Amino acid sequence: MNHLDALEAESIFILREAYHQLNKPAMLWSVGKDSNVMIWLARKAFVGAIPFPVVHLDTGKEFAETYAFRDRYVPEWGLDLIGDACPPIETVDPSLPPASRFAARKSRGLTQALERHGFDGIIAGIRRDEQSTRAKERVFSPRGADGVWDFRDQPPEFWHQFNARAPRDAHVRVHPLLQWTERDIWLYIQREGIPVVPLYFARDGKRFRSLGEEGITHPIDSNAATIDDIIAELDATTAPERQGRAMDHEAEDAFERLRESGYM
Amino acid sequence: MNSTIENQHGARPYPIVIAGHVDHGKSTLVGRLLYETASLPDGKLEELKRTSEKRGADMEWAFALDALQMERDQGITLDTTRVWFASDARTYVIIDAPGHKEFLRNMITGAAAADGAVLVVDAVEGLSEQTRSHAYLLALLGVRQVVVAVNKIDKVDGGEYRFASVRDDVVDYLGGIGIEPHVVLPLSAKHGHNLVADQTSALPWWSGPSLLEALDALPVRPIQLEGDLRLPVQDLYRRPDKRLIVGRIERGRVRVGDTLSVWPGGRSAKVVSLETGSDDTRIAAAAGQSIALTLDDELFVERGHVLAAGDPPVEGNAIRARLFWLDRTPLRAGDTLTLRLATASHQVVVERLDTVIDVQTLSEHDADAVPNNGIADVVLRSRSKLVFDLAEGGIATGRGALVRDDRIVGGFTVAQAADVADGRVLIPVDHSVGAGERAAANGHQGGVLWLTGLSGSGKSTLAMALQRRLFDRGQQVYVLDGDNIRGGLNKDLGFSPDDRSENIRRIAEAARLFADAGFIVVTAFISPYREDRHNARAIIGDGFQEVFVKAGLDACESRDPKGLYVRARSGEIPEFTGITAPYEEPQDPDLTVDTEALSLDAALNVLIGQIDRVYATGGDRERASG
Ligand SMILES: Nc1nc2c(ncn2[C@@H]2O[C@H](COP(=O)(O)OP(=O)(O)OP(=O)(O)O)[C@@H](O)[C@H]2O)c(=O)[nH]1
Ligand SMILES: [Mg+2]
Repeated sequence: MNHLDALEAESIFILREAYHQLNKPAMLWSVGKDSNVMIWLARKAFVGAIPFPVVHLDTGKEFAETYAFRDRYVPEWGLDLIGDACPPIETVDPSLPPASRFAARKSRGLTQALERHGFDGIIAGIRRDEQSTRAKERVFSPRGADGVWDFRDQPPEFWHQFNARAPRDAHVRVHPLLQWTERDIWLYIQREGIPVVPLYFARDGKRFRSLGEEGITHPIDSNAATIDDIIAELDATTAPERQGRAMDHEAEDAFERLRESGYM
Repeated sequence: MNSTIENQHGARPYPIVIAGHVDHGKSTLVGRLLYETASLPDGKLEELKRTSEKRGADMEWAFALDALQMERDQGITLDTTRVWFASDARTYVIIDAPGHKEFLRNMITGAAAADGAVLVVDAVEGLSEQTRSHAYLLALLGVRQVVVAVNKIDKVDGGEYRFASVRDDVVDYLGGIGIEPHVVLPLSAKHGHNLVADQTSALPWWSGPSLLEALDALPVRPIQLEGDLRLPVQDLYRRPDKRLIVGRIERGRVRVGDTLSVWPGGRSAKVVSLETGSDDTRIAAAAGQSIALTLDDELFVERGHVLAAGDPPVEGNAIRARLFWLDRTPLRAGDTLTLRLATASHQVVVERLDTVIDVQTLSEHDADAVPNNGIADVVLRSRSKLVFDLAEGGIATGRGALVRDDRIVGGFTVAQAADVADGRVLIPVDHSVGAGERAAANGHQGGVLWLTGLSGSGKSTLAMALQRRLFDRGQQVYVLDGDNIRGGLNKDLGFSPDDRSENIRRIAEAARLFADAGFIVVTAFISPYREDRHNARAIIGDGFQEVFVKAGLDACESRDPKGLYVRARSGEIPEFTGITAPYEEPQDPDLTVDTEALSLDAALNVLIGQIDRVYATGGDRERASG
């Protein structure tokens, strides 16, 4: 069993655990590379159709390619899509720096979806190697009311035993890809032939390494036109993955604040 | 990422935990190691300088890991984190653990995932309280590949002599818990001395390996491909034409055509197929894989059962366990907990608290409570059958978690089967009349037929008619329903989710007593939550039969015998199951009675057939001895 097989088996175990333990889970699908991998794993975990809805938190500001991809793969992958629009920007804490405020809109969209549909678990494709506060996450992360993350008092988690129950008015975040790295994701996409939005591949010397909304996500200089190129580029670069995400860089604690208040 | 890793699909990164007393320099060591191996991403060094200066420090390498504001402001690690880096030999996941004793649960969270450990000891302070408790936990968690790093060697004069004395203390303590470190080495994390090769000029007296060289020499923990199969059942997925059993193989291999045994019970069945949901067919799978399979026999299988081959797992009602306790409320003898063992869940009672272990002195003593962060040997007893292996080798069926109020509050490893170890069955009071005698006198065993279904599905009608029929046959039978429970035992409870759960818990306990007394109990409650029914099963144990009284919402609403649906629709009754509160259908009931399809008489016959099969004296169901 190689490294990718081990990661796959682990993620499948987590997804099945989430489905068993939670009453009403849903999976977040940003249409980015990681969440496509997650969908792929879920189809394997449940031997065919995914038995819960996937939620796309639509800011209305996604790239055209993202929408096209979504519309194509919802039927192809048999997804039960919930595509609720996020609430307007005016409803978001104005004390946040501009890009963070934009991002916090997604957390509000998530809160709204939780209330509207009564989910008690949200499966999200974050990874520890993306960002140093995400590195401190649990696989099953109980949230308070309003999705607040109490990182000062996380429960213990070991030996594949998870804290899968949230208080009745709150929910649990489940992170099946926590232990994957960006490189693992691309190797797996390559091995399995998982489709991704074309924006990840270089055009005119630019490509997206991390995909967010238009306006607060910027492409990097790159000539990587194939997955092999991308893996070679990752091996050579020392630039962080989320360098093109404006919201990460507005203040030392910008991302921590976002995450504490419920961002993915 | 480092470009020297050749094997793209190669080995999994080696997980190593950095443990030790608070402030001994664990995070600094990791931060500096990342720097020395050119693993810090662009801009990180500048960010570290900036954030260190902002807090009046010269350079805090620890901030590479300690990302939270609170951690940086207080200069301590709160929670465990992970980073990836590579040496020339292999990739690593470094797991940084907090040293403060307040955060021991976070240290355990990190350490449990590791194959190897670096135990960091401050050269000035030497072996300290949390050095000992971390070392002890590493041993308990099964992390036995240890490198000891005597850090801050720059701070001591005559480093060589101080190093030797700290080394002897640490080696001595580790010896007492059965750990022999691969190497004990000196270093200065902050100044980058002896982290990687060629940095020893500051330590001319040291001729041993650098930290990185020592790490590269640690052996990988092998996956347990050999050995008898253990496949704990994680879930069951029903498909129109088959029933998939899913789970992860914890040890051994499984092939299509293999005969497996299902525990508890040990009945056997053959593997018909391994399913992938795609066109690729699979005929074999091995430890570490998450699989789905079908069996040739419609055996009763549920989550928590263990599929095995070769030497069977142990089956019993009690275990002697070594536990670590992680809750502010101490654990006492007599407490009840949920025990999670692989994928099984059992209600257990702490029957005996044998000894509490003082990890500082390694002495054992009697105590009536296990404090937060304490270690103890206990006997845990369950009413339902536990299926387990002894903990050696770190098998998932030999260790698990303890849960109270939905939160993990401890962990344990199985040391022995308690019943076997004592050469007797541990029953606190020897009842003068045994269950077998009662069954013989009644002509049937006691048990609980747990009806669940929507309001109006026919539970009470069925329960009452069934009671009449069984009574007329001379059997001991009693119905528990809203009429005799809500008005008395549970009159203090309402209909909120918590109250509903408590309601079900009390009913289960009461039903259990009747069943012990030899009665066939029929309960007729909506019991809408799966979790609650699961708890009821755990409380009642082997005699529990879940019966799904099935009728669609439309049918129930049109029957509406008490006019409740009308009132619920008008909003007069809040939290009404099926309308404004959820009903979670049983996923794998012992019996389903479809009251839309069957007449009352036909439904009764189905129920009585089940009762005759399951509660027959000398039938295949042996009541739990506890
Ligand atoms: N002089 C000197 N100071 C060091 C060395 N290593 C660490 N320190 C300092 O010791 C202090 C504590 O270091 P940390 O790395 O935060 O300690 P830690 O073990 O991670 O602490 P917790 O995670 O809170 O348990 C910091 O101020 C470091 O700069 C060293 O080799 N020499
Ligand atoms: Mg630290």
